[in-house]
Amino acid sequence: MEKYISLAHGDGGELSHRLIKDVFIEAFGGENAALFDAAAITISTHKIAVTTDSFVIKPIFFPGGSIGKLAVAGTINDLAVSGAKPAFLTCGFVIEEGFLISDLKKIVLDMANEAKKTGVTIVAGDTKVVERGSADGVYINTTGIGIFEPNMDCSLEFEEGDAIIVSGTIGDHGIAVLAARGELGIITPITSDCASLNTMLSEVLKSTDSVRIMRDPTRGGLATTLVEIAEDFHLTMKINELDVPVKEEVHGVCDLLGFDPLYLANEGKAIIVVASCDKDKVVDILREFPEGRDAVVIGSIIGKGKGQLLVKTPLGSSRLLTRLSGTMFPRIC
Amino acid sequence: MLEILKQSNNPEICKPLVEVVIEVAKEFRQKFGRKPAFMEVCGSHTMSLARTGVKQCLKDHVHLISGPGCPVCVTDQRSIDAMIALAEGEQRIICTFGDMMRVPGSSKTLLDSKIAGKDIRVLYSPVDAVKIAEENPDKEVVFLGVGFETTIPILTLMIGEAEKQGITNFSIWMTTKLIEPVLRYLLDTGEVQLDGFLLPGHVSIVLGEDSYQYLVDEYSISGVITGFETAELLSGIYKLIDMALTGKVGIENNHPAVVSKSGNQVIQQWMDQYLTECDEAWRGIGVIPQSGLDLKPEYDRFNAKKRFSVDVGDPKKTKCRCGEVIRGLISPNECPLFGKACQPMNPIGPCMVSAEGSCAAYYQYMRESF
Repeated sequence: MEKYISLAHGDGGELSHRLIKDVFIEAFGGENAALFDAAAITISTHKIAVTTDSFVIKPIFFPGGSIGKLAVAGTINDLAVSGAKPAFLTCGFVIEEGFLISDLKKIVLDMANEAKKTGVTIVAGDTKVVERGSADGVYINTTGIGIFEPNMDCSLEFEEGDAIIVSGTIGDHGIAVLAARGELGIITPITSDCASLNTMLSEVLKSTDSVRIMRDPTRGGLATTLVEIAEDFHLTMKINELDVPVKEEVHGVCDLLGFDPLYLANEGKAIIVVASCDKDKVVDILREFPEGRDAVVIGSIIGKGKGQLLVKTPLGSSRLLTRLSGTMFPRIC
Repeated sequence: MLEILKQSNNPEICKPLVEVVIEVAKEFRQKFGRKPAFMEVCGSHTMSLARTGVKQCLKDHVHLISGPGCPVCVTDQRSIDAMIALAEGEQRIICTFGDMMRVPGSSKTLLDSKIAGKDIRVLYSPVDAVKIAEENPDKEVVFLGVGFETTIPILTLMIGEAEKQGITNFSIWMTTKLIEPVLRYLLDTGEVQLDGFLLPGHVSIVLGEDSYQYLVDEYSISGVITGFETAELLSGIYKLIDMALTGKVGIENNHPAVVSKSGNQVIQQWMDQYLTECDEAWRGIGVIPQSGLDLKPEYDRFNAKKRFSVDVGDPKKTKCRCGEVIRGLISPNECPLFGKACQPMNPIGPCMVSAEGSCAAYYQYMRESF
């Protein structure tokens, strides 16, 4: 087996074949499916969910995960928060010439482990190799297929008083990745929250029929995701800043750089809007899972029509939260 | 340390403090017939006061004016144009703090130039610029030296490092600012009625408490050096009102854990070794004599302004009133562009861009207060 990815690994010839066989099939299985251009999947008469996402991250390995784990967990979470049970994944790789095959193997193994853990089968894939300098290491696209199970959906029927729950501390992924780039010159114990949430969210949906909506606050963070919900469904939502769980270390780095944790990316958190009467039950269920142990109610829907998100500051005043405005750059002093 | 910081933001401590500040502010109003007016010099103070809700809680009782302490906001439009033009040169790598990327010049931003293919890099640790120069001997690496006393020492550190390693393809485009000359300018012009200053925590670590004595001796105005946590800011405001009520004029150090009387002597020596005072242009103000620092002539080889010729015309005029915001003459929302043509995604002036900018703070945290 070669040490580095070369352009020939993407030309469809022998090296491509060996790459597929020795790296992807070795990890994902499904040798027979790989014989054909498309995988045949039996879905019966179920309503299915399809989602796709591309993963571009630097560094590709970071505390708490890798681009591979992220590519599987991220797509699984997109299905899970939609109320679908993730079933199949496809994956497309764009690899830069010169990429270490040993690193590719690690990434693929992370994908296989995450898929196995979540009961998802990786059924098809594609590999392209581009010239050195045309990409940054490796990019992965994953497409996920899930099944909507009866009586396991979100109602989207919001009411005043509905509770907003977040499944744990926010901003961990954003800070872990930033620190892992090594550009900050800081060492932080923060690890990414990268995790698949399907099992946990499935338990939530089983327990109550009053879940209004679920979302995973990835890029743009908690604030941007909540603003989107508020605007899309014309709701006035209010969160209490003091109730939003943020690790002290994340606060510390944010203070240093002038970042707001409400806008940092998360890769293993869910926002759940649920009828007030069921909020405690949902929090209890979330807390039974490691990825939901810090779940907490952070606010509620306080009205309809306006489509805005407010935050109550620790001093008791309120302010408006908006979407993230472009990339957050660290401040000068 | 974390526990102390946590306490400093603890609402059980901060909420009563707000009440106490409002009480003394009412006393002030009774005595003088107006609200007390203080300037928070530092951009990070502005952000902190808005984000934590202090500004909103006190807006009916204390006039808090954002000052000229955001390094991006005070950068002259011509300097910004020059930095963008500098990036257009061939075989150059421009290194900068992130804040500068979206600041609009007359026709574009550094981010536009980067997207167009120019090699512009945002550094978290500025000293990395020297490393980049070492790794790219066929290119000229230029660091955009923007900032106050807080960041100036890092620039001297970079020069020291380049000198030590004998690197010849590294230079700094200096456009740094000093706090004292601009505070003197504001007080000399008397454009804004002030009862005191919330003095910057980070700058004061370098300068020390004693460096502000001129405020007392020459202008009879008080100052309180504060950090950035809610309780520190509130107690700083309280102390300023209290001094105004009792007729006392002085400099108080509300940040003693990190700010000493004479500042950081080592850093001051670095600055003396490499830098010399120079005239500097401030956005919306113009040139203030001896208000910046440039490299001493013996370090011309690290001075990008001496090494590269950059030709820029007069900056494009806009209706942006950042200059008046910086001088404390208007609040951001009094600018006709605020929140309309000028928004964080489409800033017209630098105050809407920077993580320390007054307009950005108002837009992000205080729009609903208007």
